[in-house]
Amino acid sequence: MGKPVDYAKIEKSARTGERVRKTVIYLLLSVWALVVLFPFYWMVLTSVKSYSAYNSEYIPKLYTLSPTLQNYVDAFTTVPLGRYFLNTLIFTIATTALMLVVIVLAAFAFARLEFKGKNITFTLFLSLMMIPNELVIITNYVTITNWDMRNTFLGLILPSVTSVFYIYLLKENFELIPDELYKAAKVDGTSDLKYLLKVMLPISKPTLITITILKVIECWNSYVWPRLITDEEAYFLVSNGIQEIRENGFGRENIPAMMAAVVVISVPLIVLFLIFHKKIMEGVARGGTKG
Amino acid sequence: MDKKNLKGWLYLLPAILFLGLFMVYPLIDVFIYSFEEGYNSASQTYYGVGLYNYSYVLHDPYFLQAVKNTFILVIFTVPISTGIALLISVGLSSIKKLKELFQTIYFLPYVTNTLAVGLVFMILFKKTPYTDGLVNLVINWFGGNSVDFIDGPYWAKMFVLCFYTVWVVLPFKILILTSALASVKQDYYNAAQVDGTSKWRIFTRITLPMISPMLFYLIITGFIGAFKAYSDAVALFGTNLNTAEMNTIVGYIYDMLYGNSGGYPSYASAAAIILFTIVLTITCINLLVSKKHVHYE
Repeated sequence: MGKPVDYAKIEKSARTGERVRKTVIYLLLSVWALVVLFPFYWMVLTSVKSYSAYNSEYIPKLYTLSPTLQNYVDAFTTVPLGRYFLNTLIFTIATTALMLVVIVLAAFAFARLEFKGKNITFTLFLSLMMIPNELVIITNYVTITNWDMRNTFLGLILPSVTSVFYIYLLKENFELIPDELYKAAKVDGTSDLKYLLKVMLPISKPTLITITILKVIECWNSYVWPRLITDEEAYFLVSNGIQEIRENGFGRENIPAMMAAVVVISVPLIVLFLIFHKKIMEGVARGGTKG
Repeated sequence: MDKKNLKGWLYLLPAILFLGLFMVYPLIDVFIYSFEEGYNSASQTYYGVGLYNYSYVLHDPYFLQAVKNTFILVIFTVPISTGIALLISVGLSSIKKLKELFQTIYFLPYVTNTLAVGLVFMILFKKTPYTDGLVNLVINWFGGNSVDFIDGPYWAKMFVLCFYTVWVVLPFKILILTSALASVKQDYYNAAQVDGTSKWRIFTRITLPMISPMLFYLIITGFIGAFKAYSDAVALFGTNLNTAEMNTIVGYIYDMLYGNSGGYPSYASAAAIILFTIVLTITCINLLVSKKHVHYE
């Protein structure tokens, strides 16, 4: 006769173990969430501290009781932040729109049209995906300089209006649309272009939106190419603007105004992300990489 | 038939034009540049063909510094970021409440401007006459001495750069690993549970092998990405990276092209090709290793 097994006790200890495990997991996840969010909190907090308050705090305070919006006024008046903003907006919209036209046409050709040399061209396109930007940027810089396109929007935009990866993504999507639709349209005498615009694009809307958002993020954050191609402030994008502000903007010590500029620059994308976070995360998981 | 062919190419024309001008031609051109000795960008002339540009770059102390920095960055950030991402993703996949909230928060750095948020990191770590900065305050609490992480000793600057890089690359890795974990079939776990397998054993024998293709994908892209580090360093230390001893290989390439030290597309090309060779070699090694260890269904 062994001792009677106390199932209730075993179950109870298992449950406590489970609870401890869960608590530890939540604790760790919260710590990382804090690490992620803290810089954002700090940037907003610093941006509403007044200049004198910030500089008198030898030990930085984690809160402020007298928030001010003066720094935001400074950010727009002492440096051409509005200009940077507008430039980036123009650059982002023009690049994204042009790219959509180019990739939609190319993806349509690969997915629906029959012509000689299609497969070999597609393979060549795919192999271009492996070429790192750093290898081609040197000649592009020389090309754009030779065309006298430094400090112009065209110079900024032209090299980034194609993306082999997005052509590939869209082509895969187009191919999911049943052939019968295309044949029916042909019988009705619909032209290819009309079929593309009226049938294929509406069906592929989710993918198009994903591509658009990813491209917008890329454009908004681009730094290297704009830095190479612009040295006149009138054509700076936000990334270059922020670097300019850092190096000779408000004077090195006016950190609160600098942070106000950082907040202004970060807000559009954060808003975009909060609205579309599901789409963005799905899109990136399908094969985006940063930059 | 000819009309059909023409139409196809017509649709492709814009893409071919842009890719040809800004990808294929530059790709060929970069090799030509790298072998043209004494290229003058003003007169567009050169006086010889050879390996001088490579030799110049390989003997340039700034380049060697950049190579050293880049390798340190790669060696630390790739394993650390992949490890943390794995830990967080496993944690995420074992909870239900708040899971989406955590996922959304973790992804936030992906959509922010690297240059802009880098400034916040600079302020957190920087020591000025007015304040030691928040990070130093925390260090002081624990009894340590203040360090200037932005203009101070080399190891401190390297630490901030690594820390910021990890912060920036984690969102992508967490996202990929969480979706990889979610796609492991529940059957395997159920079967293991029936057999009374321990949690650790389940993790090493089922979870890890099942997500190993994605893990290796992340390691490979992580290596490639870290070798191309540049804007993170600019965000923290400013554009004059050589003076800060914090330049990266990509930074060196751009400096050769533009700015105070610029005007040398030949040196830039040679450096770019050296970088590409390093990345290619490491990627091939990675692929060879992964063939041995990765489990494909």
